[in-house]
Amino acid sequence: MCGIIGVIDRSRERLDGSSVREALSKMDERGNGQGSGYVAYGAFPEFKDLYAIHVFFDNIHESKTKVDTLLSEWGTIEHDEEIPTNEHAAIKKVHTPWRYFFRPDKTLMPGSRTPDDDIIMHLVMKVNTGMPGVLIFSSGKNVALFKASGWPEDVADFYRIQDYKGYIWLGHNRYPTNTPGWWGGAHPFNLLNWSVVHNGEITSYGTNQRYIESFGYKCTMFTDTEVVAYLVDLLVRQHGLSLEMATRALAPPFWDEIDRLPEKDRTLNTAIRMAYASALMNGPFAIVIANEDFIMGFTDRIKLRPLVTAEQGNRLYLSSEEAAIRMMEPDIEKITMPRAGSPVIGRVIA
Amino acid sequence: MSIGTVPMKFRVSIDRDQCMVCGRCVENCSYNVFRKEGDTITVNPRNCVACHRCLAMCPRDAISIEERPIDYRSHPLWTTEIREAIYNQARTGKIILSGMGNALPYPVIFDRLVLDACQVTNPSIDPLREPMELRTYIGKKPAYLEFKKSNSGDAELITRIAPNLKLDTPIMVGHMSYGAISLNAQTSIAKAVRETGTFMGTGEGGLHESLYPYQDHMIVQVASGRFGVDINYLERGAAIEIKIGQGAKPGIGGHLPGEKVNKEVSVTRMIPEGSDAISPAPHHDIYSIEDLKQLVRSLKEATEWKKPVFVKIAAVHNAAAIAAGIARSSADAVVLDGFRGGTGAAPRVFRDHVGIPVEAAVAAVDTKLRQQGIRNEISIIASGGIRESADVAKIIALGADSVYIGTAALVALGCRVCGTCYRGVCAWGIATQRADLVKRLDPETGSKQVANLIHGWTDELAELMGAAGINSIESLRGNRDRLRGYMLDEALMNVLDVKSVGA
Repeated sequence: MCGIIGVIDRSRERLDGSSVREALSKMDERGNGQGSGYVAYGAFPEFKDLYAIHVFFDNIHESKTKVDTLLSEWGTIEHDEEIPTNEHAAIKKVHTPWRYFFRPDKTLMPGSRTPDDDIIMHLVMKVNTGMPGVLIFSSGKNVALFKASGWPEDVADFYRIQDYKGYIWLGHNRYPTNTPGWWGGAHPFNLLNWSVVHNGEITSYGTNQRYIESFGYKCTMFTDTEVVAYLVDLLVRQHGLSLEMATRALAPPFWDEIDRLPEKDRTLNTAIRMAYASALMNGPFAIVIANEDFIMGFTDRIKLRPLVTAEQGNRLYLSSEEAAIRMMEPDIEKITMPRAGSPVIGRVIA
Repeated sequence: MSIGTVPMKFRVSIDRDQCMVCGRCVENCSYNVFRKEGDTITVNPRNCVACHRCLAMCPRDAISIEERPIDYRSHPLWTTEIREAIYNQARTGKIILSGMGNALPYPVIFDRLVLDACQVTNPSIDPLREPMELRTYIGKKPAYLEFKKSNSGDAELITRIAPNLKLDTPIMVGHMSYGAISLNAQTSIAKAVRETGTFMGTGEGGLHESLYPYQDHMIVQVASGRFGVDINYLERGAAIEIKIGQGAKPGIGGHLPGEKVNKEVSVTRMIPEGSDAISPAPHHDIYSIEDLKQLVRSLKEATEWKKPVFVKIAAVHNAAAIAAGIARSSADAVVLDGFRGGTGAAPRVFRDHVGIPVEAAVAAVDTKLRQQGIRNEISIIASGGIRESADVAKIIALGADSVYIGTAALVALGCRVCGTCYRGVCAWGIATQRADLVKRLDPETGSKQVANLIHGWTDELAELMGAAGINSIESLRGNRDRLRGYMLDEALMNVLDVKSVGA
């Protein structure tokens, strides 16, 4: 059990983090104070073309020089700073959170169609698998990510998220079972511009992991959620599938339904299930994924986890609970529950 | 007593109070254990192979069979089997023939792997109440799909998917040729696979005319002897399989004794009646991986690229690299036949000592193909020692797409695993061509038995998946996270890439 909240303002009008904090705190019943997190898109307008590489250092004196050196080998650190935090009684600061604003040198990744992204992915994998005491937990452009072990309101106050503004926010209230108390295990998970929050447990994790790792990704965070970000990255960024097609791969219709479709759709859906069989995610889940242009929520094929969606003006909300959405938008009228496996997508229009 | 006389393997005794001297045992025993003398039945227990035909037919349960009533002095090194092999060879000077699968007591990896189930944090799924998908496609899959936008703005699929076999259950029946087994046995299996929406192999024996109605569920085999192969045969199959090797006898060719080659077998195999059908050890047109590629592509060309082509190899030490080569040969599936695979006839020394278990082979092949990014190029079919639905679940979790069963299907037809298939006098009408024995197996009854087995395993597989919170087979495939090793050594756990129980 976990709680999810997501919001997008399609006109890119930015809102600060305070209302997201309120909404997420409304779902404390779904968490246990062992992990909460937020992500904001559009948070760093002054550095919007730079990769905001977020790092947890176990011991900053021991490791920071190594990260500085590695990044400098692959590009330019335009700016870096400790992520500001308040001292907070409820949060034990076991890591030093840091962020780099980084410009990769694309000439160092010849032969790639997306050299910048590939350099960042390479660095994330290299650091997270080979540099003990260092974890890169976010690496998008103009994306700020905050997470720690604690209740949502405490984590929000610790990072002062009311000081940040974003046109997309995701928040997550965690009831961890496999990695309690570890900051890296809190959601959202991020790679490049992808962020994911997830409620549930992916029973196909082993299959998905073997599949995604054969494309050069490395699952390093000891939890099933990170694989979702990598799968979406592979399907959408690398293979060029539309979001709708990607959800058809991740949570496809049942064969019975596919067999009843008209021939063209049947061929298409059969091809997706055949080609992307190992990307199918099984087990209970509600997931919200974001990148700079959209948020998308969907559940597993038999909807074993809740997801509600609401619209008001230019804003689309996705959440585990209607109550959370009503904290942000008390007079909301249009609330719906998406069908199992069907994606709900909100895109920016500006 | 002459040199090398061995004690009888089985003592057969008749309870004279029960016996009514009906003579059914005499009629039924094709190994000549029983004889009627006057108003009593006499027994020659040395002929007994424990096929249980007499037990099944005796109306009074008067017969009992006891294994090894008089054994040798026990010795851990000089086992009974070793001593008898020596006596046998000292007498004959020949290679010892044997039947069925590996008979040495190697540890069974399947029995040291345990499956997972959901508790609390995620719900198990009830297959009686929720959809449960076992549909499996065997063949090449594209690495990714390409779309273009149509005029109406819809996404249109550009990628063409290569021909695949569509299975309703991941359980197929492997290649047991007409010749090795009877036509009634093949017909039973053919009816069963058609009913259960799966496939069977023809083996290297051609396709008998009477099986043409089932050809859409037949995988036709091309082996080194090329017995029964012509364009008619290739065109009739739903898929074509090139047999390079077999788990029961890696490195050597098939062997059908002339006794089993009657008129019908001879016509179907396209060989003279009564002649031994001895397949060469290698294909004489395949001396390297590029030759294999040519044969794969020739078969595809001959059948207009409409059929998947499989390549079957015995699971040997270097199976992973070989399978990677096969994956790049245009083949659509690789069959890995483990060292427990059964056979009608194999030299004992091969059956018991050559090759590796299918569990390790599948794990290594799946890993190698993924490392090379070509797992989608080819399906993996596992065979050789699949005994029950749990084995199916475990081998799929290790990375197989589907399985072939062989011995299990024969057991469903009545086989008692007596291991004397090569003698051609199977009392159950399975591994024989003698008309009077063959007719003992009724294809209607037989097909029901085999279909029941496939249904039963399929239902169990669905239950195991549901308990693990998985509602489609593709999420079990390669899901080694849901396996744990129990009392497996660390080296093997690394090969299988599974954690220990408790970890």
